[in-house]
Parts: sequence; C-alpha cells; structure tokens
Amino acid sequence: MPLHFLKRLLPLAGPVFLYLLWSTAVSAKWVSATLLPSPSTTIMYMFHVFATGSIFPDLWATVARTFYAFVGASLIGVPLGVALGSSPPIYKSVEFLIDFFRSTPSSALIPLFMLIFGITDVNKIAIAAFAAILVIIFNSAYGVMNAKKTRVMAAQTMGISRFHIFKDVLLMESLPQTFIGLRTGISLALVIVIVAEMFIGSENGLGHRIIDAQQVFNIKDMYSSILVTGALGYFLNLIFMVIERRLIHWGGKA
Amino acid sequence: MEKAMQEVGSKRAHVTIQKLCKEFAGVTLYKDFNLDIKKGKIVSVFGPNGCGKSTLINMIAGLMKMDSGQVLFDGKTLEQTKIGYVFQNYRDALFPWMTAWDNIAYPLKRMGMNKAQVCARVEELINLFEIKFNLKQFPYELSGGQQQTTSIMRALACEPEVLFLDEPFSALDFEMTLFIREKLQETNLKTGVTMVIVSHDLEDAVFLADQILLLTRRPTQIAALLNFDMARPRLAQSVSEPEFIAIKSEALKIFQHEMHRSA
Repeated sequence: MPLHFLKRLLPLAGPVFLYLLWSTAVSAKWVSATLLPSPSTTIMYMFHVFATGSIFPDLWATVARTFYAFVGASLIGVPLGVALGSSPPIYKSVEFLIDFFRSTPSSALIPLFMLIFGITDVNKIAIAAFAAILVIIFNSAYGVMNAKKTRVMAAQTMGISRFHIFKDVLLMESLPQTFIGLRTGISLALVIVIVAEMFIGSENGLGHRIIDAQQVFNIKDMYSSILVTGALGYFLNLIFMVIERRLIHWGGKA
Repeated sequence: MEKAMQEVGSKRAHVTIQKLCKEFAGVTLYKDFNLDIKKGKIVSVFGPNGCGKSTLINMIAGLMKMDSGQVLFDGKTLEQTKIGYVFQNYRDALFPWMTAWDNIAYPLKRMGMNKAQVCARVEELINLFEIKFNLKQFPYELSGGQQQTTSIMRALACEPEVLFLDEPFSALDFEMTLFIREKLQETNLKTGVTMVIVSHDLEDAVFLADQILLLTRRPTQIAALLNFDMARPRLAQSVSEPEFIAIKSEALKIFQHEMHRSA
C-alpha cells in the first residue's frame, strides 16, 4: 500500500487499538463480563436502540436542553462580553467574578440552583446556561480587548464613526475568539446537562438513561448510552469547527 | 481626481504644526516644535532612533494625543480634513475578513458613496497602480508587497489631502520597494496629494522627497530641512546620479553630526 494512503488511515489507529484492547480485556477475562460487555455486543446494542427508536426520546431531550441552554447563554453572553470588552474599566471591575465562577465547577452549584428553580427542566437548562455563559462572556470580551489596535487606528484615519468602528472592526476582530467561547460553551452545556439529568430528578435524557441503566444493572444499555453521549459531544464540536472554518476563514492567518 | 493645485499651491504651507509639545513618562520628546509642510510636496522624516519620527506623524494624523500645540491643514482642523495613513505593518492594518477589493472600497462605502461610484473609484485606483493580481483574494492570500499596495490604495481611496506613511517599505523586499516608491511618486504627480513619509532608510527617504526633514535627538528639534529639487519622475537609476549622491551625503553628514553631538 502506498505510504500516503497509510497516512490517511492514521486517525483510525486509536479507535482500532481501543476496540482491540476492549475486546481482549473481555475475552481474556481481565474484566468480569458482568461489568463490561464486549465492544461488539455494546455496538450491536447501540444499533438496536436506534433501530427500535427507544433512544430517541432521551437523545432528543438532552439535545433540546443543551440547545436551549446554549442559545440562552449565547444571546446574553456574546453581547455582554463584547460590551464588557469594549470598556476595559468595567471589565476589570467584574473580572474577578467571571474568573471565580468560571473556575468553580458548575456542578457544585446544582444544589443552589435546585433551591432557586426546584427540580424542574428549567433548572437543568439554567445551570447549563450558567456554565456556558461565563466562558462565552470571557472569550467575547477578550476577543474585543485583544483586537489589533492597528486595524482600529486604520479605521480612525479613514474618518469612520465610533459606532462603525465598533461594528465593522471590533466586532469582526472579536469573532475568532468569540467562536472559541461558543464552542467551549456548548461542550460545557452538554456536560452540565448530562450531570443535571443524572442528579436532578429527571424522566428523560441521556444522563437519566445512563444512571437508570446502572441502577438496574442493564450494563449494555449503560455503555451504549455512554457511547451515544460521547458521539453527541463529538458531533456538536465538529459542527462548530465546520461553521467556524467557513465563517472565520481568516482565523490564524491574519 | 486631477487637481490643478500642484503649481498654484506648491509654495503654500499645507500642514502647519505650531508649538507642539509631547512628553513620555517625564521625558520631553517635543517642546515647542514648529513645522510647515508645503502643499503637494513629499516630505521624508529621518532621524536617530527614538527621536519620535512615528510619534510625530501619529500626532499630526490624530492617532496619538499631543500634550499641547496645534496642527492645521490649510487652516482646518483634522476633523475637517481627509487624511490617509499607511502603516508599516500592513498585515495588521488590512481587514482580513474582507477581500482586498472590499478593503479598498470600505472607506468609500462608509463615506456614503453608492455602488457605482465605489466601483468607479476602485477601478481608477486599479489603473493608477496597474494592478495585475486578483483583488478578489483575501489579504492573507496575497504577498507582502501586494498587501502593502492594497493598503496604500485603501488609504488613497477617499482622495485624502495628506497621506501619511509610517515606514511603508520596511517589511518589503527590494523589488517591491522599487515598485511602491515609483507608484507613490506617480500618485503625488497625478493627484497632488501631500505626503509625509517616515523612513529609516536614507535612500528611500531621499528618493521620494521634495524635502528631507532631519530630526535631532530628544528633545527633538529640526536639525535641517533639506530641499531636493531633482527632476521628476525620478527613476530607479536616479539614485546613482551625482545630484542624488550629493544630497544623500549631506543628509548623512547632518545625521551623523546629530548622532555624535549628544550621544
């Protein structure tokens, strides 16, 4: 086989290795088969839940919660971040708060949110949005603050109004960094939604499905649900990377 | 675009700088600095490191605040005057989210021109600069010289009265420097735009100049304002003519004198 063809197969090496390790671990009985089903069984089961459609209510519930949390966080976070970033004194005054809560695992705040919102769907969405909004604000603000001064000055010498400098230059300058915030934000939102579904009483969602399967010792369902969750996170990230590459074509080049 | 101001106005001061003062962290950079720049002329600013060449044009162009003093353009304030500014670092000055064409068109659109007017003006600039490369490309797809050409075209788009250039050649290779020098000279001859160029290369400074402004060390004063009337258009080979060499060595002598005076 030609070398360049082999090179293109490289990304598959990791998954293949994991698959082999997993099936060896099961067939060689390194791990008890009651705790870990073989990979083929797990994947077959995953096809099964998709074929029968039994996964869809849970998958859909998780996607919807993540989506609402993300959209809410973006709608507030991006304008707020851009506004804060364009006024360094104001950003400085709230920087500690943003950094503090950004560093606090949002899952630690679940009990607090339960006090406020009760055991509701809104609660899960709110806490996921809270986790996402902080990274979104932070990145949008830094995007604006780190805008190339030369571009702003160039616009100034053209006699462009302050409003248009903001809209045409600062906002565009902040986009690459804003997108990093959005991508991180949606990943964080998914993480928190899954955790919330596990620990805040829930009737559906992938998190709920995973913990339910564990409780009744349906390990095939547990592992396949974990795989679905992983795939969901992966695809959300992938979608964002594709949009980013299309929209921010100059990212990293200028 | 043709402005018959060259002959009429060549003797008249265009940019008047009066009593300009500027301190940096307690160090006096400029104190009661006065300078007249003549209309339609090209002035090169040359001087020792740290004497504030760029600071001077940045203050005139309004990119940096002066502590006190006044700058007038034909008696008007900066706000009433159209200027153009070309940065040393074209990569950071162009808007990478727009194509080169849109970069050039941007100030025109923001001025309120309609599509047809914008196209006509950009077309004019394309002809003036004899652009052969594809302007529908994004800046990061262009070579350094093409990017700097684009940013000069953008700075000239609104037909500014004064064009400031801050070390426009320092990031370019020699071939590109020759091309842009030639184009700047042509633009000055065709449109009568006054130009102020900061340069750290004496040959570049002299080549384009009607006047060479030599600055002293801090606190910065005018060491000399040399007139250089060599006929235009000057060609690449003009730099080896006696007239050129004479003014260059005179400028060098003054520069070296300044270097040793207070070092």
